[in-house]
Amino acid sequence: MSEAAGTVLLIGYGNPGRLDDGLGPALADAVEAMALPGVTVDADYQLTVEDATAVAAHDVVIFADATVLRDRPFSFRRIDPKAGLRFSSHSVEPEAVLALARQLFNATTIGYVLAIRGHAFNEFGEYLSEPAQVDLARALQFLTPLLKSRAFDAAAEACDDGLAANDASMNEDEPWKMENT
Amino acid sequence: MSTNGMKKITIEPVTRVEGHGKVTILLDEQNQVKQARLHIVEFRGFERFVQGRPYWEVPVLVERLCGICPVSHHLAAAKAMDWIVGGENLTPTAEKMRRLMHYGQMFQSHALHFFHLCSPDLLFGFDADVAIRNVIGVAAKYPALAVQGVMMRKYGQELIKATAGKKIHGTGAIPGGINKNLSIAERDGFLKDLDQMVEWSRSALKIAKDYTVAHLDTLASFGSFESSHLSLVRADGAMDLYHGNLKAIDAEGNSIFDQVDYQNYLDYIREEVRPWSYMKFPFITSLGPEKGWYRVGPLARLNTCTFIDTPEAEAARKEFMALTDGKPNNITMAYHWARMIELLHSIEKIKALLHDADLQGTDLVTKGNRRDEAVGLIEAPRGTLFHHYRVNKNDQIVMANLIVSTTNNNEPMNRAVELVARQHLSGVKITEGLLNRVEVAIRAYDPCLSCATHALGKMPLEMEILDAEGNVLDRKAR
Repeated sequence: MSEAAGTVLLIGYGNPGRLDDGLGPALADAVEAMALPGVTVDADYQLTVEDATAVAAHDVVIFADATVLRDRPFSFRRIDPKAGLRFSSHSVEPEAVLALARQLFNATTIGYVLAIRGHAFNEFGEYLSEPAQVDLARALQFLTPLLKSRAFDAAAEACDDGLAANDASMNEDEPWKMENT
Repeated sequence: MSTNGMKKITIEPVTRVEGHGKVTILLDEQNQVKQARLHIVEFRGFERFVQGRPYWEVPVLVERLCGICPVSHHLAAAKAMDWIVGGENLTPTAEKMRRLMHYGQMFQSHALHFFHLCSPDLLFGFDADVAIRNVIGVAAKYPALAVQGVMMRKYGQELIKATAGKKIHGTGAIPGGINKNLSIAERDGFLKDLDQMVEWSRSALKIAKDYTVAHLDTLASFGSFESSHLSLVRADGAMDLYHGNLKAIDAEGNSIFDQVDYQNYLDYIREEVRPWSYMKFPFITSLGPEKGWYRVGPLARLNTCTFIDTPEAEAARKEFMALTDGKPNNITMAYHWARMIELLHSIEKIKALLHDADLQGTDLVTKGNRRDEAVGLIEAPRGTLFHHYRVNKNDQIVMANLIVSTTNNNEPMNRAVELVARQHLSGVKITEGLLNRVEVAIRAYDPCLSCATHALGKMPLEMEILDAEGNVLDRKAR
């Protein structure tokens, strides 16, 4: 597979000290180790306003985070810039970072969110739960070829249907274990 | 839910990173506010988690507590561990590197709060549509201002990275010192943008000051009340955000205590547990839980210090104190003005440090006689942060107690919410006006309900009104 043109920024965010909340940084570590051409990797506890400057300097940004939603191991979707409504948090949502990049720096960066299912959040500990490790591996298996082909939109479209079907083969008692593995 | 025939209105924000807070407003039978409470679900497991770990790991471990102010926890724990290893008298390079880290954090945190969280309220008004009353709205209408906020935040974050080593889980501060100095190249990189940062800080201060003065009639009573104030101050009474002794004053400015060695904080500060909240309520022991509560953070620090040792911030402090004829300023919304004075102070400090050759020194660590108990305090962006540890003979942590800044402001935030509810609740419906104002009052304290996890899919702000039987009468979500 030939490498596609364009620069990609992957931001994995979350707190690695709070179990599966560290899925984003864990994914970032794994991708960084691949040293893929044209792919810049960053990791942080959370997204904040200054991330807009780095986003603006790339053609594509992928925000990778843990999710509390449990219906699938991971999801991948394209996002539009928009304001996030916040109460007292200092963090901003991926859509808001994209909006800031566009508003302040005239960026045309295209954004995606890779949300990986987390299973355990409410303890301190710098490790991922066993099911989260499995979901992380599956997310990586999905993302790695994409970072080479750059066929992000097609993947986002396929992701919805494909992963829903994937879930159907999961063991209900131990959902992180696939029936065919 | 009801209590003696009273109705309860619930405002339940669940936000990313900051955790889970909830406001309940109890009404009496005449639908007047009887009581308001801010519930904060604070994760307390960390104090157990750290037990058994070697003491030298603690400054890095505690950064897991908080995505908002990991540097504050890092430095407070490091200061405690300095005491454990008898290395509290740091080398000049170590102390100045830590101070640079801390002022960098103060700078980025205050800038972020002002531009991202506070400025939409000030620029668009409390009643503006939430669809535009946010940082994107600011970016659309005031792009130059929004760029300033982003670049100031970035500058502070880069300072943290240069002094702590990395953005996540920095390792800069170690027991008895620091593990790196600042290279000439790093220093020159920061000097390049320094004047711009100073200029933007002046500009932000002017916005906060002008807004407060222009709206004083409204703001003076908005969620405001008389209170005691507590912070660290230097031995000569100056503001010192990194180190000092404890000072507390009452609402009139009279000393409650001064120059207290914080190793002895337990002789002066206690924590009360209340059954309805996970978060404790600290109080000054001599005044008791009823009267001993106090405020911390920028407003308290402006009130407790006798001067600021940087010229522009000192001039701004004098203006600030003149508003209340030199008496403590008890206006809740004046937190924003005070915060911007500290922003300017921080960049003045950063400027002085960057020109100090000690930052390129190589004497990084010192040690002395080992101790088995220690307290580390620091003035975090949101206020005084307490870390207290005991260590056994095997170098393992056997006890940890933390009082975070937001916990210190627990009672004041409750009072602010109650006052705003009394002033702005009409009927039993949650109006946008009430919701907005409760948010604004809490935001003035810049609370960091830090100990929650953060993941996509968590709920946004939610409000509920319940009748006497617990039925939901009204509900709003953001």
